[in-house]
Amino acid sequence: MSNTIIKVENLSKRYVIKHQNRERYTTLRDVITNTFNFSNKKKLHTSEEFWAVNNLSFNIGQGERLGIIGRNGAGKSTLLKLISRITEPTMGKITLNGRVASLLEIGTGFHPELTGRENIFLNGAVLGMRRLEIKKKFDEIVSFAEIEQFLDTPVKRYSSGMYVRLAFAVAAHLEPEILIVDEVLAVGDAHFQKKCLGKMEDVGKEGRTVLFVSHNMMAIRQLCPRCILIDQGKLIIDDKTNTTINHYNQISKNTKIDEKTHIHNEKLRRGEGAIRFTKIEITNALGESCPSFKIGESIFFKMSYKVFKIMDGVKIHIALKSGISRETVTNFEHILLDNPVLPDTEGDVTLEIAAHHVIRSGEYPLYFHLADKHDSPASIDVVDEVTLPLVISEESDLHTPGIPMRSGCFSVPSRIIESKIHSPNHHA
Amino acid sequence: MQDTNFTLIIEAGKNKKQYFKDIWHYRELFYFLAWRDILVRYKQTVIGILWVIIRPLLTMIVFTVIFGKIAKLPSEGVPYPLLVFSAMLPWQFFSNALLDSSNSLIGNANMISKVYFPRLVMPTSAVIVSFADFVISFSILIMVMIWYRFTPSLNILFLPFFIFITFMAALGAGLFLCALNVKYRDFRYVVPFVIQLGLYISPVGFSSHIVPENYKLLYALNPMVGVIDGFRWALLGNTPLYIPGLLASLLTVFFIFISGLWYFRKTEKDFADVI
Repeated sequence: MSNTIIKVENLSKRYVIKHQNRERYTTLRDVITNTFNFSNKKKLHTSEEFWAVNNLSFNIGQGERLGIIGRNGAGKSTLLKLISRITEPTMGKITLNGRVASLLEIGTGFHPELTGRENIFLNGAVLGMRRLEIKKKFDEIVSFAEIEQFLDTPVKRYSSGMYVRLAFAVAAHLEPEILIVDEVLAVGDAHFQKKCLGKMEDVGKEGRTVLFVSHNMMAIRQLCPRCILIDQGKLIIDDKTNTTINHYNQISKNTKIDEKTHIHNEKLRRGEGAIRFTKIEITNALGESCPSFKIGESIFFKMSYKVFKIMDGVKIHIALKSGISRETVTNFEHILLDNPVLPDTEGDVTLEIAAHHVIRSGEYPLYFHLADKHDSPASIDVVDEVTLPLVISEESDLHTPGIPMRSGCFSVPSRIIESKIHSPNHHA
Repeated sequence: MQDTNFTLIIEAGKNKKQYFKDIWHYRELFYFLAWRDILVRYKQTVIGILWVIIRPLLTMIVFTVIFGKIAKLPSEGVPYPLLVFSAMLPWQFFSNALLDSSNSLIGNANMISKVYFPRLVMPTSAVIVSFADFVISFSILIMVMIWYRFTPSLNILFLPFFIFITFMAALGAGLFLCALNVKYRDFRYVVPFVIQLGLYISPVGFSSHIVPENYKLLYALNPMVGVIDGFRWALLGNTPLYIPGLLASLLTVFFIFISGLWYFRKTEKDFADVI
């Protein structure tokens, strides 16, 4: 059981970020204008190097199930892309003693116009399966995905749950020595998540190796005896899952969002700087900072902000997004201040999602938004998927009767627990 | 079932040998992607497969009227529609293949950034899809030939060779353009323009014999000249084949294919990061 199947040595991946271009590709015009631009104007492009994966080394033995955790943008996905050969390392070496199948996204290569049956074959081929292998596994895939009646329906008519089930079923029935799974279980009902975890466990018992990335600590705990934590492209800890998760929670608690966090990253943080969050914390009823909740537990958002330019009122808006489609599933907003606010005003606010059984289990990336009361685009601050996602899990192994298992959008009751401001000199 | 001694070392710029093994491993994907594109195309259209028949037929009629009847260009002793159709076949194969393969990577950007497979599969299967259309159009040619009671000569045995050359020309140029397309999206606009011009500078609507003798060799540097002349020679057999011209076209095709493949392989490793 202890022969090494994946050996990662000093692995690094560098990206060069050009600040001028919003798109990653260029056009010929840019190249031409830049070539002939000997002007004394200020430099058009400032580029910055960014090490998405930085000098990682670790080994994985045959049949091991390794969890990989870390914050958004920590380098987990890049690591998986390197191991699955989607992108090439800048430095370092990976030795694989077996074939890799990776499930980095649900249903890659699925075509919405094709039927379930057609997509099984297509997706299987994309993942490197032979036609004969797919034929042999076909019935097993269909029954695992529970889509027998819809086999000849175009997948564009599938519900998102059916779509996920089918996609996972195809990938899980590959017979690679190494299976890589990234965050894909975030959707799907609890029953199916459990089934997937069970399937991955079986894969491990058959002597094959599983690499599993998730924000869902329960799933990691259940599946992986060993876990590594990555932060800023570096390996922070490689230990037993409990130890690593404890370490991670410690780090997450200590990382604070302030007015400068990710300020240069247009994706994660937007806004001109008229107002900024200076703290965002998610806590349970005991005031402990934690991102995981049982269904029905109260969730508290504790936030602080600072005003830099005069604002006509302050409004806060929080959205829970879908872990897969990244669309908003529910949101709520509250006007915190109704009058003009002077620069240097600071405020603290606590919101509560009360203990109602309204949020189904799953992982919800969070979106925080401050604005004036007219929602003027010039005076916003957006913190998008920077904090840990909110994790809601089932209370027990059984479905608790009476819990609405909603899909699509829903609304949650939220209220302001406390909102106070500290004005610079006098009240505005 | 599984190769137990499979070992793979991933290092920057050192995966060349593995690449061609992978192409072999993923050989069925060429077929599956082509199959997908064909299925999807006909699922979204009303008259489906009829499009493959209507396009060359209409073009044939228009070209016959304009070049044969109005401009009164020589028809080399065969019915003008046959002269046009025997050139339409390789031309439409080439132009469709070029257009589809040059868009194949950006059209499947999601797959490129989420799954590994040899990227070469993508433009190649686009060419295969166009080949399927070619086969359908070819059966129309046979019907047109029957209509005119035209019997092809034994030269037709050489047709597979010219089909192969068309395939290589389209793939070579397609590899080049799809790789460029990933980085510079301008090529989305360049390709249709080149194809439009190409239709007029290639001898599709007329016979290449109307080109002055002095310029013949120069004209044959357009790879489609050699291919179209070859098709006409093999199918109609009405005029002898101009060998130096054919060689010039073959040389161009060879050059395009090698440089296209080279450029594709060189840029391939960055596709997932750029696309």
